[in-house]
Amino acid sequence: MNANIHINPITRIEGHASVKIFLDEKGEVKKTRLLIHSLRGFEKFVQGRPAEEIPRIVTRICGICPWMHHLAASKAIDNCFDIRPPLAGNLLRELCHLLAHIGDKILHFFFLASPDFLIGPEKSHYSVRNIIGIAKSFPALTSKVARMRQLVHEMLESFTGRSIHPVASVVGGFSKPMLEEERKELLKAASKLLDFALFSLEFAKKDIFGPNQDLFENLGTIETGFLGMVDNSGNLELYNGNLRLMSKDGEVIDFSPEEYESYIEENVVPWSYSKVPYAKIWGKGLSLKIDDPKGVYRVNSLARINVVERISTPHAQEALEEFRNRFGRPVQNTLLYHWARLIELIYASERVIQILNKKEITDPNVRKKAEPKAGRGIGCVEAPRGTLIHDYTTDKDGCIVKANLIVGTTHNTAAMNLSVEQAARSFIKKGYIDEEIINRIEMAVRAYDP
Amino acid sequence: MKIIKVAQEWLGACSGCEIAMLNMGEKFFDLLKKIEMVHMPLLFDHKTFDEFQDAEIEISIVSGCVISEEHLHLLKKIREKSQKLCALGTCATHGGIPSLLNSWSTDAALKEIFSSNSKKDHLTFPNKDLSGFLDRVYALDEFVEVDILLPGCPPRPSLIREFLSKLIKGDFPSLPNKSVCDTCPTLRFGKGRKGIIKRAMENPEYDPNEPIEKMHCFLEQGYLCMGPVTLAGCAFYDAPPCIKARTPCRGCYGPVYSDGNQMLEMMNALASVGIEWKTIIDRRSLLRFSGAHGLLRPYPGSK
Repeated sequence: MNANIHINPITRIEGHASVKIFLDEKGEVKKTRLLIHSLRGFEKFVQGRPAEEIPRIVTRICGICPWMHHLAASKAIDNCFDIRPPLAGNLLRELCHLLAHIGDKILHFFFLASPDFLIGPEKSHYSVRNIIGIAKSFPALTSKVARMRQLVHEMLESFTGRSIHPVASVVGGFSKPMLEEERKELLKAASKLLDFALFSLEFAKKDIFGPNQDLFENLGTIETGFLGMVDNSGNLELYNGNLRLMSKDGEVIDFSPEEYESYIEENVVPWSYSKVPYAKIWGKGLSLKIDDPKGVYRVNSLARINVVERISTPHAQEALEEFRNRFGRPVQNTLLYHWARLIELIYASERVIQILNKKEITDPNVRKKAEPKAGRGIGCVEAPRGTLIHDYTTDKDGCIVKANLIVGTTHNTAAMNLSVEQAARSFIKKGYIDEEIINRIEMAVRAYDP
Repeated sequence: MKIIKVAQEWLGACSGCEIAMLNMGEKFFDLLKKIEMVHMPLLFDHKTFDEFQDAEIEISIVSGCVISEEHLHLLKKIREKSQKLCALGTCATHGGIPSLLNSWSTDAALKEIFSSNSKKDHLTFPNKDLSGFLDRVYALDEFVEVDILLPGCPPRPSLIREFLSKLIKGDFPSLPNKSVCDTCPTLRFGKGRKGIIKRAMENPEYDPNEPIEKMHCFLEQGYLCMGPVTLAGCAFYDAPPCIKARTPCRGCYGPVYSDGNQMLEMMNALASVGIEWKTIIDRRSLLRFSGAHGLLRPYPGSK
């Protein structure tokens, strides 16, 4: 009998994590842990650096969502130096943010997650359950997906030089204005992205969500609250807005990102290098007991789709209505993160087109001159993996003295642990475990796109 | 033709190098048809190197720095199982951004990160079931022999493709020892304008309607630009991408000669255009991408 099971590493995710499953003498699951292995040290080594350099350093927290760190840091440093970028500077930042969201969602859904659904259990050996297996069984789809991912990266590169580890957002705004020719080219490409986003949701409904209904209902499903960004009217917002915390019963509290410390707190646990944030405003502390969790909220696509009243773009709003009609609000089914991700893919594509059609987008005034000074600045955006908070304090020379960073996946630490435990309990009986069960447990993690 | 086995692994990494590989687009899939990719955790569910014979894998491509015992153990195992080892990205070749931590120690980082809950009397440190940390951040070749260095943060997709194609053919590719300035088209007149380094608080002087060839060099405008002391690799057919974005180079491909020191070399480069290096507010940042190999050391008196 396996005394303990260690799934190490969890694969087809974008970071470093493993799962430990502890069994009792009868082989039933006693407890599980999702272990986050990596420690990066950013909060330490940004100290002493000139604040204006931070947006070019913290990109390396994540090579998949460097734009989000680049932009959250830019917003935070603007706040440290008490400067507001011109309108065009803000629009260019949001445009890049949305394009990066699009690339990220295509990568995660098609390259990492879809093999779990499109390659059936009869072929579930690891050597085919991946993007190469998909390429063999669905060659036209794969080349379309590869081309669309490529297109997003080319759009970002052609305008800002770099798509991975970007440099164009700078304290006070943006490093260069957009020319009219560039705008026209980007607009042409953006309409292809929207077509692809609409296709993706239809494809997924037919070939992924439809045939796997049972998995989508049960795998990793837990009951928690949710956190996500909204605008002043409760619309979905990915770049700039208030935060909304929703309890599992659907009650909401809105607050400004600057007040985050009054609503959430980060707990340190001995078994993970990731901290475990919880909603301290609910006043019940943090408990990871599977049958009665306390203080646990989730972030990322499903959370955002749950907390918003509506989406400001037409196709995405239509998709949201269909989603709500089928599953209600808030939706607790963990695998429906994937569906929510595709609704956001549509929103991001529509919003890119909206922004590119604004006449201010080509205004040459994209940056204000900053002066270094002492201050504290908080910058918050919705990264693909959830609410991203950068919090910096500067000294009188404008150099960093303190930093606190809460990245999207960190908010989900508690919830991912619960989902792993739920999945392990439902699949592991009498100590029996095989490759398919291991993958099912990993799927519970993969939905969160950690 | 024999299909060769290739493995890809990430250590202390951000996954930017892997995304750069994927950014080859459809060409990435063409490449995968020519090789057998036996391990790549971002895309494939293969978990460990244990099953391979010694030197069974022809080429292993490893990204990221070495900061934990787990990384070190994995790196040594990969070395055993591989005929050729390619360090991918500046973390693997020179420590990269994570090596900024070498101004302190990993202990200092742990204390900083896990002390944010100031209300608690006793700090809790993660330790159960987790791999321990080394004293500082290392590049791969501080522990094992590395056959090919491909720096860049991340390396450009076309460059990765070129290297992989050559590796598959049995060659040992390397980048020529040219600097980013050698590939930069901005205008240079040979002298810094004011003799001091300005902080990047506003955009440099340029006309956005004019091509990059008409812009005056960042360094000569008085902005810190690491172009003179950074290995070229980001630009082959056009201008360096950061310069195209109208922002200066920060040195992400590491030193021009792999055993160089970007801090010392930059001080020389500044002197040669008449800029006083003492006006740089944070000189340690000159080693922002290359602080491994003992170059970036703890602040005096820090623990």
